[in-house]
Amino acid sequence: MQLIFEYRQILLEGMLVTVSLAVLSLILSVICGLTGAFAKLSSRRGIRRAGNSYTTFVRSVPDLVLMMLIFYGGQVMLNDIGRLTGLWGYIDVNQFLAGVLTLGFIFGAYMAETFRGAILAIPRGQIEAAMAAGMSPRQIFVLITWPQMVRYALPSFTNNWLVLIKSTALVSVIGLHDLVWNAFAAGRTTHKLFTFMIAVLFIYLVITGISDLILRWVDRRYSAGVKRA
Amino acid sequence: METERTFFAYLRHISETTSPLDFVLIYDNLDRFVGGALMTLQLTFLALFLGGLLAVPMAIARAYGRPGWSQAIWCYTYAFRGTPLLVQTYLFYFGLGQFEAVRNSFLWGPVLSDPWWCVLIAFTLNTAAYTTEFLKGAIETTPAGEIEASKACGMSPFTRMRLVVLPSAFRRALPAYSNEVIFTLHGSVIASTVTLQDLLGVGRWLNGRYYLAYEGFITAMVFYMGIVLLISLLFRMAEKRYLRHLRPRGADSATPAQATA
Repeated sequence: MQLIFEYRQILLEGMLVTVSLAVLSLILSVICGLTGAFAKLSSRRGIRRAGNSYTTFVRSVPDLVLMMLIFYGGQVMLNDIGRLTGLWGYIDVNQFLAGVLTLGFIFGAYMAETFRGAILAIPRGQIEAAMAAGMSPRQIFVLITWPQMVRYALPSFTNNWLVLIKSTALVSVIGLHDLVWNAFAAGRTTHKLFTFMIAVLFIYLVITGISDLILRWVDRRYSAGVKRA
Repeated sequence: METERTFFAYLRHISETTSPLDFVLIYDNLDRFVGGALMTLQLTFLALFLGGLLAVPMAIARAYGRPGWSQAIWCYTYAFRGTPLLVQTYLFYFGLGQFEAVRNSFLWGPVLSDPWWCVLIAFTLNTAAYTTEFLKGAIETTPAGEIEASKACGMSPFTRMRLVVLPSAFRRALPAYSNEVIFTLHGSVIASTVTLQDLLGVGRWLNGRYYLAYEGFITAMVFYMGIVLLISLLFRMAEKRYLRHLRPRGADSATPAQATA
């Protein structure tokens, strides 16, 4: 306990990296997920097929493989393109960016499934009524689809978020100084890796516990109009 | 022999001229990738099997056990479901050596200092935690009428569990279990972070050895996609067989009628 307290600075810094990585990836994944969900529900067959192959692809490849491919391969590809076109010089893809892009892309696919289900759960008659009342597509989305979609999507969204937070640990493998990396470094210098790994497990439990509380509050807010059995 | 040579010549031609990937190198190392795939499959399915063996009694205790048992098991599943598998693996592989008692015990030499065993223990405990929770959900949703009927037939609690509750609970848990199998396979890449040569481990080795950016990872990715495809096909077949009674009416019987029409 004393030992953990001595190293609190480095653990806190790592925790900050982990949380900001998770939040940024979440924002990207919501954008990817909404795009994917509307693509999967599109009336055009080509777009629908693109959306379906996105979610199928992501679900069949482990996240770490994709992350390494983007981190190592993406860097080479960017620089090759820059050299061939002469548009930019040497670019260094840092671990944080690779992590955000990969996690956002991966969880976008899971979010797409979540949002698709939620949109389908909204009674079709409401959309038709909104169209009949002369609402624009934007108005329909903001006033009808979105508020109810959030309500239907929230349980699965919560689940995705919890999995996302746990997945951020993988970024330490490509060398980002996140919570796991920092704790591992501290544990190795002090030869007390067990103590530090237990501390990391505990911190993750606290983070997931807090987000559970926040999402429960959001759930209460968005289902204010629903009668609970 | 002849076809193999022409195929190889074709690969070499493509790799040297058009493709950014070196297919010859991948072809030469294919046996290593197959070995890596076997390691991945071995770890995944051993963990799933052992985890399943642990999960069944724990799920029953969670659903029907005495109050204290259920809470204790919940603490275990909460801790393992709420934390990253990577950290759990590190805890077993790097962490246990911190204790003098563990290093001096008879288990240290053959088991706890071996990455394969540490990874297997971590994966097993992790998948057991997830399996316990959804199996508990499936057990609890057994229709009350089925239980009453089995009591009325005079079945003992053990017979009731064996003949009534578990068969239908396994069926209800089947779709969730297919996800769990795929997630365990995805999680097994963590074995490569503790020096094991699983699929991703072989890919990393190849890239490191020849200083490449794509070949190893893309080959590993294709292997993983193939395995996932195979697993989902198997589960689709299993669902067709075991969840036949839950399909909408007509979906099954319509086929021969359409064939004749």
